Amino acid sequence: MKEGVARFWREIPQRYNFMGNKCENCGRMFFPPRESCPICRRKSIGKMKEMKFSGKGEVITYSIIHVGPGGFEEQTPYPIAIIKLEEGPQVTAQIVDCPLDEIKIGMKVESTFRKIQQDGYTGAIYYGYKFRKHREIKE
Amino acid sequence: MRDVAVIGVGLTKFGELWDKSFRQLIAEAGSKAILDAKIEGKDIDALYVGSMSSGRFVDQEHIGALVAEVSGFSHLHIPATRVEGACASGSLAIREGYLSIASGINDVVVVGGIEKMNDVGGSEATDILAAASDQEWEAFFGATFPGIYAMIATRHMHEYGTTKEQLAQVAVKNHANGVNNPYAQYQSPISLESVMRATMVAYPLGLMDCSPVSDGAASVVLCAAEKAKKYTDKPIKIIGSGQASDTLALHGRRDICTLDATIHAAKMAYKQANLTPKDIDFAEVHDCFTIAEICAIEDLGFIEKGKGGTAIDNKITTMDGSLPVNTSGGLKAKGHPVGATGVAQIVELTMQLRNEAGKRQVKDAKIGLAHNVGGSGATCVVHIMEAM
Repeated sequence: MKEGVARFWREIPQRYNFMGNKCENCGRMFFPPRESCPICRRKSIGKMKEMKFSGKGEVITYSIIHVGPGGFEEQTPYPIAIIKLEEGPQVTAQIVDCPLDEIKIGMKVESTFRKIQQDGYTGAIYYGYKFRKHREIKE
Repeated sequence: MRDVAVIGVGLTKFGELWDKSFRQLIAEAGSKAILDAKIEGKDIDALYVGSMSSGRFVDQEHIGALVAEVSGFSHLHIPATRVEGACASGSLAIREGYLSIASGINDVVVVGGIEKMNDVGGSEATDILAAASDQEWEAFFGATFPGIYAMIATRHMHEYGTTKEQLAQVAVKNHANGVNNPYAQYQSPISLESVMRATMVAYPLGLMDCSPVSDGAASVVLCAAEKAKKYTDKPIKIIGSGQASDTLALHGRRDICTLDATIHAAKMAYKQANLTPKDIDFAEVHDCFTIAEICAIEDLGFIEKGKGGTAIDNKITTMDGSLPVNTSGGLKAKGHPVGATGVAQIVELTMQLRNEAGKRQVKDAKIGLAHNVGGSGATCVVHIMEAM
Protein backbone atom coordinates (compact mmCIF):
# COMPACT_ATOMS: atom_id res chain seq x y z
CA MET A 1 0.00 0.00 0.00
CA LYS A 2 1.47 3.29 -1.08
CA GLU A 3 -0.87 5.99 0.13
CA GLY A 4 -2.79 6.97 3.25
CA VAL A 5 -6.52 6.35 2.92
CA ALA A 6 -7.71 9.64 4.45
CA ARG A 7 -6.97 11.57 1.25
CA PHE A 8 -9.46 9.33 -0.56
CA TRP A 9 -11.90 8.90 2.31
CA ARG A 10 -12.43 12.64 2.66
CA GLU A 11 -13.51 12.89 -1.01
CA ILE A 12 -16.26 10.23 -0.63
CA PRO A 13 -19.25 12.65 -0.69
CA GLN A 14 -18.10 14.12 -3.99
CA ARG A 15 -16.87 10.98 -5.71
CA TYR A 16 -19.64 8.63 -4.48
CA ASN A 17 -22.64 10.95 -4.39
CA PHE A 18 -21.77 13.87 -6.68
CA MET A 19 -22.05 16.39 -3.84
CA GLY A 20 -21.12 19.87 -5.01
CA ASN A 21 -22.24 23.26 -3.79
CA LYS A 22 -24.05 26.41 -4.83
CA CYS A 23 -23.35 30.07 -4.21
CA GLU A 24 -26.57 31.46 -2.73
CA ASN A 25 -25.43 34.97 -3.69
CA CYS A 26 -25.33 34.45 -7.49
CA GLY A 27 -26.79 30.96 -7.96
CA ARG A 28 -23.70 29.44 -9.64
CA MET A 29 -23.15 25.75 -8.93
CA PHE A 30 -19.74 24.15 -8.36
CA PHE A 31 -18.34 20.67 -8.65
CA PRO A 32 -16.14 19.80 -6.84
CA PRO A 33 -17.44 22.07 -4.07
CA ARG A 34 -15.54 25.32 -3.50
CA GLU A 35 -14.73 27.14 -0.29
CA SER A 36 -15.94 30.38 -1.85
CA CYS A 37 -17.45 31.59 -5.14
CA PRO A 38 -14.73 32.95 -7.47
CA ILE A 39 -17.18 35.53 -8.84
CA CYS A 40 -18.85 36.77 -5.62
CA ARG A 41 -15.75 36.17 -3.50
CA ARG A 42 -16.20 37.67 0.01
CA LYS A 43 -19.95 38.08 -0.51
CA SER A 44 -20.20 34.27 -0.83
CA ILE A 45 -18.59 33.51 2.54
CA GLY A 46 -21.07 31.56 4.64
CA LYS A 47 -23.39 31.29 1.63
CA MET A 48 -21.96 28.21 -0.08
CA LYS A 49 -24.75 25.61 0.21
CA GLU A 50 -24.12 21.89 -0.32
CA MET A 51 -26.14 20.35 -3.18
CA LYS A 52 -26.33 17.04 -4.99
CA PHE A 53 -25.68 17.09 -8.73
CA SER A 54 -27.87 15.10 -11.14
CA GLY A 55 -24.91 13.33 -12.74
CA LYS A 56 -26.34 14.04 -16.20
CA GLY A 57 -24.34 15.77 -18.89
CA GLU A 58 -22.82 15.80 -22.36
CA VAL A 59 -19.46 14.70 -23.76
CA ILE A 60 -17.34 17.77 -24.69
CA THR A 61 -14.24 15.84 -25.78
CA TYR A 62 -12.64 12.43 -25.25
CA SER A 63 -9.59 10.23 -25.76
CA ILE A 64 -8.97 6.49 -25.70
CA ILE A 65 -6.15 5.70 -23.27
CA HIS A 66 -3.91 2.92 -24.62
CA VAL A 67 -1.00 3.39 -22.20
CA GLY A 68 -2.48 3.55 -18.71
CA PRO A 69 -0.98 4.99 -15.54
CA GLY A 70 -0.21 2.93 -12.43
CA GLY A 71 -3.41 1.30 -11.16
CA PHE A 72 -5.09 1.38 -14.59
CA GLU A 73 -2.81 -0.90 -16.66
CA GLU A 74 -5.36 -3.74 -16.76
CA GLN A 75 -8.20 -1.47 -17.94
CA THR A 76 -6.62 -0.33 -21.24
CA PRO A 77 -7.82 0.62 -23.76
CA TYR A 78 -10.38 2.77 -21.97
CA PRO A 79 -12.13 6.02 -22.90
CA ILE A 80 -11.68 9.18 -20.85
CA ALA A 81 -13.83 12.23 -21.44
CA ILE A 82 -14.67 15.73 -20.32
CA ILE A 83 -18.36 15.91 -19.45
CA LYS A 84 -20.30 19.15 -19.19
CA LEU A 85 -22.78 18.58 -16.37
CA GLU A 86 -26.30 20.00 -16.80
CA GLU A 87 -25.68 22.25 -13.76
CA GLY A 88 -22.74 23.91 -15.60
CA PRO A 89 -19.43 22.57 -14.28
CA GLN A 90 -17.25 20.17 -16.31
CA VAL A 91 -15.57 16.98 -15.01
CA THR A 92 -13.08 14.42 -16.31
CA ALA A 93 -14.15 10.77 -16.07
CA GLN A 94 -14.22 7.43 -17.89
CA ILE A 95 -17.02 6.39 -20.24
CA VAL A 96 -18.24 2.81 -19.65
CA ASP A 97 -20.71 0.31 -21.14
CA CYS A 98 -20.21 1.81 -24.60
CA PRO A 99 -18.31 0.41 -27.62
CA LEU A 100 -15.26 2.62 -28.23
CA ASP A 101 -16.33 3.58 -31.75
CA GLU A 102 -19.73 4.82 -30.55
CA ILE A 103 -18.31 7.54 -28.32
CA LYS A 104 -19.03 10.95 -29.85
CA ILE A 105 -18.74 14.59 -28.88
CA GLY A 106 -22.25 15.74 -27.92
CA MET A 107 -23.29 12.30 -26.62
CA LYS A 108 -25.69 12.54 -23.63
CA VAL A 109 -24.38 10.65 -20.59
CA GLU A 110 -25.25 9.93 -16.96
CA SER A 111 -23.05 9.05 -14.02
CA THR A 112 -22.73 5.56 -12.62
CA PHE A 113 -20.98 4.39 -9.44
CA ARG A 114 -17.94 2.22 -10.23
CA LYS A 115 -14.59 0.96 -9.01
CA ILE A 116 -11.95 3.39 -10.26
CA GLN A 117 -8.63 1.85 -9.22
CA GLN A 118 -6.95 -0.32 -6.63
CA ASP A 119 -3.79 0.41 -4.64
CA GLY A 120 -2.04 -2.91 -5.34
CA TYR A 121 -3.35 -6.29 -4.08
CA THR A 122 -3.49 -5.31 -0.42
CA GLY A 123 -4.32 -1.61 -0.60
CA ALA A 124 -7.63 0.22 -0.66
CA ILE A 125 -10.09 -0.01 -3.55
CA TYR A 126 -11.12 3.44 -4.73
CA TYR A 127 -14.62 4.05 -6.04
CA GLY A 128 -16.18 7.00 -7.81
CA TYR A 129 -18.16 8.10 -10.83
CA LYS A 130 -17.89 7.00 -14.44
CA PHE A 131 -20.39 7.86 -17.17
CA ARG A 132 -22.54 5.77 -19.51
CA LYS A 133 -24.90 6.65 -22.35
CA HIS A 134 -28.01 8.33 -20.94
CA ARG A 135 -30.94 5.94 -20.81
CA GLU A 136 -34.49 7.29 -21.11
CA ILE A 137 -36.71 5.64 -18.50
CA LYS A 138 -40.08 4.77 -20.03
CA GLU A 139 -43.04 5.48 -17.71
CA MET B 1 13.19 48.82 -14.24
CA ARG B 2 16.56 47.84 -15.76
CA ASP B 3 17.10 46.01 -19.04
CA VAL B 4 18.46 42.46 -18.79
CA ALA B 5 20.62 40.52 -21.25
CA VAL B 6 21.83 36.95 -21.70
CA ILE B 7 25.63 36.92 -21.67
CA GLY B 8 26.33 33.19 -21.53
CA VAL B 9 24.68 29.88 -22.42
CA GLY B 10 25.38 26.21 -21.73
CA LEU B 11 23.67 22.97 -22.65
CA THR B 12 24.26 19.27 -22.11
CA LYS B 13 23.31 16.74 -24.74
CA PHE B 14 19.66 15.74 -24.23
CA GLY B 15 18.74 12.07 -24.24
CA GLU B 16 18.91 8.84 -22.26
CA LEU B 17 22.11 9.70 -20.43
CA TRP B 18 22.62 6.54 -18.36
CA ASP B 19 26.21 7.36 -17.41
CA LYS B 20 25.50 10.88 -16.16
CA SER B 21 23.97 11.80 -12.80
CA PHE B 22 21.69 14.70 -11.92
CA ARG B 23 24.65 16.46 -10.30
CA GLN B 24 26.98 15.95 -13.27
CA LEU B 25 24.40 17.27 -15.73
CA ILE B 26 23.64 20.53 -13.93
CA ALA B 27 27.32 21.13 -13.20
CA GLU B 28 28.17 20.61 -16.88
CA ALA B 29 25.51 23.00 -18.20
CA GLY B 30 26.28 25.59 -15.53
CA SER B 31 30.03 25.59 -16.06
CA LYS B 32 29.60 25.88 -19.84
CA ALA B 33 27.38 28.95 -19.36
CA ILE B 34 29.78 30.52 -16.85
CA LEU B 35 32.77 29.96 -19.16
CA ASP B 36 30.80 31.30 -22.12
CA ALA B 37 29.95 34.46 -20.13
CA LYS B 38 33.55 34.81 -18.94
CA ILE B 39 32.42 35.44 -15.38
CA GLU B 40 33.80 34.06 -12.13
CA GLY B 41 32.10 32.82 -8.98
CA LYS B 42 32.63 36.15 -7.20
CA ASP B 43 30.63 37.92 -9.94
CA ILE B 44 27.49 35.84 -9.31
CA ASP B 45 24.82 37.47 -7.17
CA ALA B 46 22.28 34.65 -7.21
CA LEU B 47 21.41 31.23 -8.64
CA TYR B 48 17.96 30.08 -9.74
CA VAL B 49 17.29 26.51 -10.79
CA GLY B 50 14.13 25.11 -12.38
CA SER B 51 13.17 21.48 -11.86
CA MET B 52 9.74 19.94 -11.95
CA SER B 53 10.18 16.89 -9.78
CA SER B 54 13.74 16.15 -8.69
CA GLY B 55 12.18 14.71 -5.52
CA ARG B 56 10.40 11.94 -7.39
CA PHE B 57 12.82 11.45 -10.29
CA VAL B 58 16.03 11.23 -8.23
CA ASP B 59 14.76 11.41 -4.62
CA GLN B 60 16.47 14.74 -4.09
CA GLU B 61 14.79 17.96 -2.99
CA HIS B 62 16.59 21.08 -1.78
CA ILE B 63 18.42 21.38 -5.09
CA GLY B 64 19.02 25.14 -5.02
CA ALA B 65 21.85 24.75 -2.53
CA LEU B 66 22.92 21.47 -4.15
CA VAL B 67 23.42 23.16 -7.51
CA ALA B 68 25.57 25.84 -5.84
CA GLU B 69 27.57 23.07 -4.16
CA VAL B 70 28.22 20.98 -7.29
CA SER B 71 29.16 24.17 -9.15
CA GLY B 72 31.87 24.77 -6.54
CA PHE B 73 30.22 27.80 -4.96
CA SER B 74 29.40 26.59 -1.45
CA HIS B 75 32.19 28.63 0.07
CA LEU B 76 30.79 31.77 -1.60
CA HIS B 77 27.38 31.24 0.06
CA ILE B 78 25.52 32.55 -3.03
CA PRO B 79 21.72 32.77 -2.60
CA ALA B 80 20.36 29.71 -4.48
CA THR B 81 16.67 29.10 -5.09
CA ARG B 82 14.74 26.30 -6.77
CA VAL B 83 11.67 27.27 -8.81
CA GLU B 84 8.85 24.91 -9.79
CA GLY B 85 5.95 25.16 -12.24
CA ALA B 86 5.79 21.67 -13.80
CA CYS B 87 7.16 21.70 -17.38
CA ALA B 88 7.47 25.52 -17.20
CA SER B 89 9.90 25.35 -14.24
CA GLY B 90 12.88 26.35 -16.42
CA SER B 91 11.36 29.52 -17.84
CA LEU B 92 9.98 30.43 -14.42
CA ALA B 93 13.57 30.26 -13.13
CA ILE B 94 14.63 32.50 -16.04
CA ARG B 95 11.87 34.95 -15.16
CA GLU B 96 12.81 34.99 -11.46
CA GLY B 97 16.42 35.73 -12.41
CA TYR B 98 15.25 38.35 -14.89
CA LEU B 99 13.02 40.07 -12.30
CA SER B 100 15.79 40.10 -9.69
CA ILE B 101 18.10 41.95 -12.10
CA ALA B 102 15.41 44.23 -13.55
CA SER B 103 14.49 45.25 -10.00
CA GLY B 104 18.05 46.37 -9.33
CA ILE B 105 18.72 43.80 -6.58
CA ASN B 106 21.18 41.67 -8.59
CA ASP B 107 23.60 42.36 -11.45
CA VAL B 108 24.64 38.86 -12.52
CA VAL B 109 22.49 35.75 -12.09
CA VAL B 110 23.07 32.17 -13.22
CA VAL B 111 19.90 30.27 -14.14
CA GLY B 112 19.79 26.50 -14.54
CA GLY B 113 17.13 24.03 -15.58
CA ILE B 114 17.35 20.28 -15.17
CA GLU B 115 15.48 17.02 -15.17
CA LYS B 116 16.99 13.55 -14.82
CA MET B 117 14.01 11.41 -15.86
CA ASN B 118 15.57 8.07 -16.79
CA ASP B 119 16.57 7.05 -13.25
CA VAL B 120 12.99 5.75 -12.85
CA GLY B 121 11.10 3.31 -15.10
CA GLY B 122 8.90 4.50 -17.95
CA SER B 123 5.58 3.97 -16.17
CA GLU B 124 6.87 5.73 -13.04
CA ALA B 125 7.93 8.68 -15.25
CA THR B 126 4.38 8.80 -16.67
CA ASP B 127 2.92 8.85 -13.14
CA ILE B 128 5.28 11.64 -12.06
CA LEU B 129 4.39 13.76 -15.11
CA ALA B 130 0.69 13.25 -14.32
CA ALA B 131 1.31 15.26 -11.14
CA ALA B 132 1.42 18.33 -13.41
CA SER B 133 -2.31 17.76 -14.01
CA ASP B 134 -5.03 17.86 -11.33
CA GLN B 135 -4.32 14.72 -9.28
CA GLU B 136 -7.67 14.62 -7.46
CA TRP B 137 -10.01 15.44 -10.36
CA GLU B 138 -8.16 14.29 -13.51
CA ALA B 139 -5.44 11.73 -12.78
CA PHE B 140 -7.47 9.90 -10.09
CA PHE B 141 -10.08 9.02 -12.73
CA GLY B 142 -7.52 7.59 -15.16
CA ALA B 143 -6.58 10.63 -17.25
CA THR B 144 -2.92 10.45 -18.29
CA PHE B 145 -0.94 13.48 -19.36
CA PRO B 146 -0.95 12.41 -23.05
CA GLY B 147 -4.67 11.69 -22.57
CA ILE B 148 -5.35 15.27 -21.50
CA TYR B 149 -3.57 16.71 -24.57
CA ALA B 150 -5.36 14.08 -26.66
CA MET B 151 -8.66 15.53 -25.47
CA ILE B 152 -7.50 18.96 -26.67
CA ALA B 153 -6.69 17.33 -30.04
CA THR B 154 -10.07 15.57 -30.33
CA ARG B 155 -11.89 18.84 -29.67
CA HIS B 156 -9.62 20.78 -32.08
CA MET B 157 -10.36 18.23 -34.81
CA HIS B 158 -14.09 18.46 -34.06
CA GLU B 159 -14.28 22.26 -34.04
CA TYR B 160 -11.80 23.18 -36.76
CA GLY B 161 -11.39 20.09 -38.91
CA THR B 162 -7.75 19.62 -37.92
CA THR B 163 -6.48 16.23 -39.11
CA LYS B 164 -4.25 13.55 -37.62
CA GLU B 165 -1.97 14.05 -40.63
CA GLN B 166 -1.54 17.74 -39.75
CA LEU B 167 -0.58 16.73 -36.21
CA ALA B 168 1.91 14.24 -37.62
CA GLN B 169 3.47 16.91 -39.85
CA VAL B 170 4.48 18.84 -36.72
CA ALA B 171 6.58 15.86 -35.58
CA VAL B 172 8.06 15.41 -39.07
CA LYS B 173 9.07 19.10 -39.18
CA ASN B 174 10.60 19.13 -35.71
CA HIS B 175 12.62 15.97 -36.40
CA ALA B 176 13.88 17.57 -39.63
CA ASN B 177 15.10 20.51 -37.52
CA GLY B 178 16.60 18.22 -34.87
CA VAL B 179 18.89 16.71 -37.51
CA ASN B 180 20.90 19.94 -37.38
CA ASN B 181 21.08 20.21 -33.59
CA PRO B 182 24.06 18.32 -32.12
CA TYR B 183 22.47 18.52 -28.63
CA ALA B 184 19.16 16.94 -29.71
CA GLN B 185 18.00 13.57 -28.39
CA TYR B 186 16.88 12.58 -31.90
CA GLN B 187 19.02 13.74 -34.82
CA SER B 188 17.32 11.66 -37.48
CA PRO B 189 14.45 12.53 -39.83
CA ILE B 190 11.16 10.64 -39.59
CA SER B 191 8.54 9.99 -42.27
CA LEU B 192 4.91 11.05 -42.15
CA GLU B 193 3.95 7.41 -42.53
CA SER B 194 5.95 6.33 -39.46
CA VAL B 195 4.24 8.99 -37.32
CA MET B 196 0.81 8.03 -38.65
CA ARG B 197 1.42 4.32 -38.03
CA ALA B 198 3.06 4.64 -34.60
CA THR B 199 1.55 2.71 -31.74
CA MET B 200 -1.37 4.55 -30.11
CA VAL B 201 -0.72 6.18 -26.72
CA ALA B 202 -3.95 8.13 -26.23
CA TYR B 203 -6.22 8.46 -29.26
CA PRO B 204 -5.72 10.50 -31.43
CA LEU B 205 -2.08 10.82 -30.29
CA GLY B 206 0.40 8.08 -31.19
CA LEU B 207 3.87 7.54 -29.76
CA MET B 208 5.45 9.83 -32.38
CA ASP B 209 3.09 12.68 -31.44
CA CYS B 210 4.68 12.71 -27.96
CA SER B 211 7.92 14.28 -26.75
CA PRO B 212 10.27 11.72 -25.18
CA VAL B 213 11.37 11.06 -21.60
CA SER B 214 14.76 12.80 -21.42
CA ASP B 215 17.72 13.64 -19.23
CA GLY B 216 19.41 16.99 -19.67
CA ALA B 217 20.30 20.36 -18.28
CA ALA B 218 20.60 23.90 -19.62
CA SER B 219 21.95 27.10 -18.18
CA VAL B 220 22.14 30.80 -19.00
CA VAL B 221 23.90 33.74 -17.39
CA LEU B 222 21.79 36.88 -17.09
CA CYS B 223 23.29 40.31 -16.56
CA ALA B 224 22.09 43.90 -16.23
CA ALA B 225 22.18 45.15 -19.84
CA GLU B 226 24.18 48.25 -18.87
CA LYS B 227 27.01 45.99 -17.65
CA ALA B 228 26.71 43.24 -20.27
CA LYS B 229 29.31 44.60 -22.70
CA LYS B 230 31.89 44.22 -19.94
CA TYR B 231 31.61 40.45 -20.43
CA THR B 232 30.58 39.85 -24.05
CA ASP B 233 30.43 41.45 -27.49
CA LYS B 234 27.12 39.79 -28.26
CA PRO B 235 24.68 40.30 -25.40
CA ILE B 236 21.12 39.28 -26.28
CA LYS B 237 18.48 41.36 -24.57
CA ILE B 238 15.26 40.07 -23.03
CA ILE B 239 12.82 42.70 -24.28
CA GLY B 240 9.61 41.09 -23.04
CA SER B 241 8.75 38.69 -20.22
CA GLY B 242 5.22 37.46 -19.52
CA GLN B 243 3.72 34.87 -17.20
CA ALA B 244 0.15 33.72 -16.59
CA SER B 245 -1.82 31.00 -14.81
CA ASP B 246 -5.07 29.08 -15.32
CA THR B 247 -6.91 26.10 -13.78
CA LEU B 248 -4.83 22.96 -13.24
CA ALA B 249 -7.55 20.78 -14.80
CA LEU B 250 -8.30 21.09 -18.51
CA HIS B 251 -12.02 20.70 -17.75
CA GLY B 252 -11.98 23.93 -15.71
CA ARG B 253 -11.05 26.14 -18.67
CA ARG B 254 -13.13 28.57 -20.72
CA ASP B 255 -12.32 26.72 -23.95
CA ILE B 256 -10.80 23.25 -24.33
CA CYS B 257 -8.64 24.13 -27.39
CA THR B 258 -7.35 27.52 -26.22
CA LEU B 259 -4.61 27.97 -23.65
CA ASP B 260 -5.70 31.26 -22.09
CA ALA B 261 -2.48 31.30 -20.03
CA THR B 262 -0.55 31.47 -23.33
CA ILE B 263 -2.72 34.34 -24.57
CA HIS B 264 -2.22 36.31 -21.35
CA ALA B 265 1.53 35.62 -20.97
CA ALA B 266 2.07 36.56 -24.64
CA LYS B 267 0.04 39.74 -24.27
CA MET B 268 2.21 40.77 -21.31
CA ALA B 269 5.43 40.06 -23.22
CA TYR B 270 4.31 41.74 -26.48
CA LYS B 271 3.19 44.83 -24.54
CA GLN B 272 6.49 45.16 -22.73
CA ALA B 273 8.45 44.69 -25.97
CA ASN B 274 6.07 47.02 -27.80
CA LEU B 275 5.73 44.43 -30.57
CA THR B 276 3.00 42.40 -32.26
CA PRO B 277 3.10 38.74 -33.34
CA LYS B 278 3.99 39.93 -36.89
CA ASP B 279 7.33 41.28 -35.61
CA ILE B 280 8.59 37.87 -34.46
CA ASP B 281 11.16 36.26 -36.82
CA PHE B 282 11.27 32.78 -35.26
CA ALA B 283 9.94 30.99 -32.17
CA GLU B 284 10.60 28.10 -29.83
CA VAL B 285 7.19 26.85 -28.68
CA HIS B 286 6.11 24.17 -26.21
CA ASP B 287 5.43 21.09 -28.39
CA CYS B 288 5.22 18.45 -25.64
CA PHE B 289 2.65 16.89 -28.00
CA THR B 290 2.08 17.75 -31.65
CA ILE B 291 -1.33 19.31 -30.89
CA ALA B 292 0.40 21.62 -28.38
CA GLU B 293 2.42 23.28 -31.16
CA ILE B 294 -0.75 23.86 -33.20
CA CYS B 295 -2.47 25.49 -30.21
CA ALA B 296 0.69 27.50 -29.43
CA ILE B 297 1.04 29.12 -32.86
CA GLU B 298 -2.64 30.08 -32.66
CA ASP B 299 -2.67 31.34 -29.06
CA LEU B 300 0.57 33.31 -29.54
CA GLY B 301 -1.23 35.22 -32.30
CA PHE B 302 0.86 33.97 -35.24
CA ILE B 303 -2.05 32.15 -36.87
CA GLU B 304 -5.80 32.69 -36.64
CA LYS B 305 -7.53 30.38 -34.10
CA GLY B 306 -8.43 27.09 -35.74
CA LYS B 307 -6.05 27.53 -38.70
CA GLY B 308 -2.99 26.01 -37.00
CA GLY B 309 -3.36 22.75 -38.92
CA THR B 310 -3.63 24.59 -42.24
CA ALA B 311 -0.53 26.63 -41.36
CA ILE B 312 1.37 23.34 -40.98
CA ASP B 313 0.09 22.21 -44.43
CA ASN B 314 1.25 25.52 -45.90
CA LYS B 315 4.73 25.04 -44.37
CA ILE B 316 4.65 28.47 -42.70
CA THR B 317 6.57 27.13 -39.69
CA THR B 318 9.31 25.13 -41.43
CA MET B 319 12.94 26.36 -41.57
CA ASP B 320 12.25 28.03 -44.96
CA GLY B 321 8.79 29.27 -43.96
CA SER B 322 7.89 32.82 -43.02
CA LEU B 323 7.99 31.93 -39.28
CA PRO B 324 10.35 29.05 -38.43
CA VAL B 325 9.08 27.32 -35.28
CA ASN B 326 11.20 25.03 -33.10
CA THR B 327 14.43 25.38 -35.03
CA SER B 328 16.13 23.39 -32.24
CA GLY B 329 13.92 20.38 -32.98
CA GLY B 330 11.51 21.41 -30.25
CA LEU B 331 10.59 19.23 -27.30
CA LYS B 332 9.71 16.48 -29.78
CA ALA B 333 13.17 15.96 -31.31
CA LYS B 334 15.55 17.89 -29.06
CA GLY B 335 14.05 16.09 -26.05
CA HIS B 336 12.07 17.29 -23.05
CA PRO B 337 13.88 17.06 -19.71
CA VAL B 338 11.02 19.07 -18.28
CA GLY B 339 12.83 21.45 -15.91
CA ALA B 340 15.55 22.11 -18.50
CA THR B 341 13.20 22.86 -21.41
CA GLY B 342 12.40 26.52 -20.68
CA VAL B 343 16.08 27.34 -20.16
CA ALA B 344 17.09 25.42 -23.30
CA GLN B 345 14.61 27.50 -25.31
CA ILE B 346 16.42 30.67 -24.17
CA VAL B 347 19.73 29.02 -25.14
CA GLU B 348 18.36 28.38 -28.66
CA LEU B 349 17.07 31.95 -29.00
CA THR B 350 20.45 33.28 -27.88
CA MET B 351 22.39 31.08 -30.33
CA GLN B 352 20.10 32.13 -33.20
CA LEU B 353 20.33 35.83 -32.34
CA ARG B 354 24.13 35.58 -32.00
CA ASN B 355 24.14 33.99 -35.46
CA GLU B 356 25.83 30.90 -33.97
CA ALA B 357 23.17 28.27 -34.73
CA GLY B 358 25.16 26.57 -37.49
CA LYS B 359 23.17 24.54 -40.02
CA ARG B 360 19.87 25.49 -38.42
CA GLN B 361 20.57 29.25 -38.43
CA VAL B 362 17.50 31.34 -39.28
CA LYS B 363 18.54 33.95 -41.85
CA ASP B 364 18.43 37.54 -40.58
CA ALA B 365 17.06 36.48 -37.21
CA LYS B 366 16.48 39.69 -35.25
CA ILE B 367 13.66 38.92 -32.82
CA GLY B 368 12.84 35.54 -31.28
CA LEU B 369 10.10 34.32 -28.96
CA ALA B 370 10.16 31.44 -26.42
CA HIS B 371 6.95 29.86 -25.13
CA ASN B 372 6.99 27.36 -22.26
CA VAL B 373 3.89 25.68 -20.78
CA GLY B 374 3.38 23.94 -17.43
CA GLY B 375 0.87 21.10 -17.27
CA SER B 376 -1.87 21.30 -19.88
CA GLY B 377 -1.81 25.11 -19.70
CA ALA B 378 -2.05 26.05 -16.01
CA THR B 379 1.24 27.95 -16.24
CA CYS B 380 2.68 29.73 -19.24
CA VAL B 381 5.80 31.84 -19.64
CA VAL B 382 6.70 33.83 -22.78
CA HIS B 383 9.98 35.63 -23.42
CA ILE B 384 10.92 37.84 -26.37
CA MET B 385 14.59 38.48 -27.15
CA GLU B 386 16.58 40.74 -29.46
CA ALA B 387 20.29 41.22 -30.20
CA MET B 388 21.65 44.42 -28.60
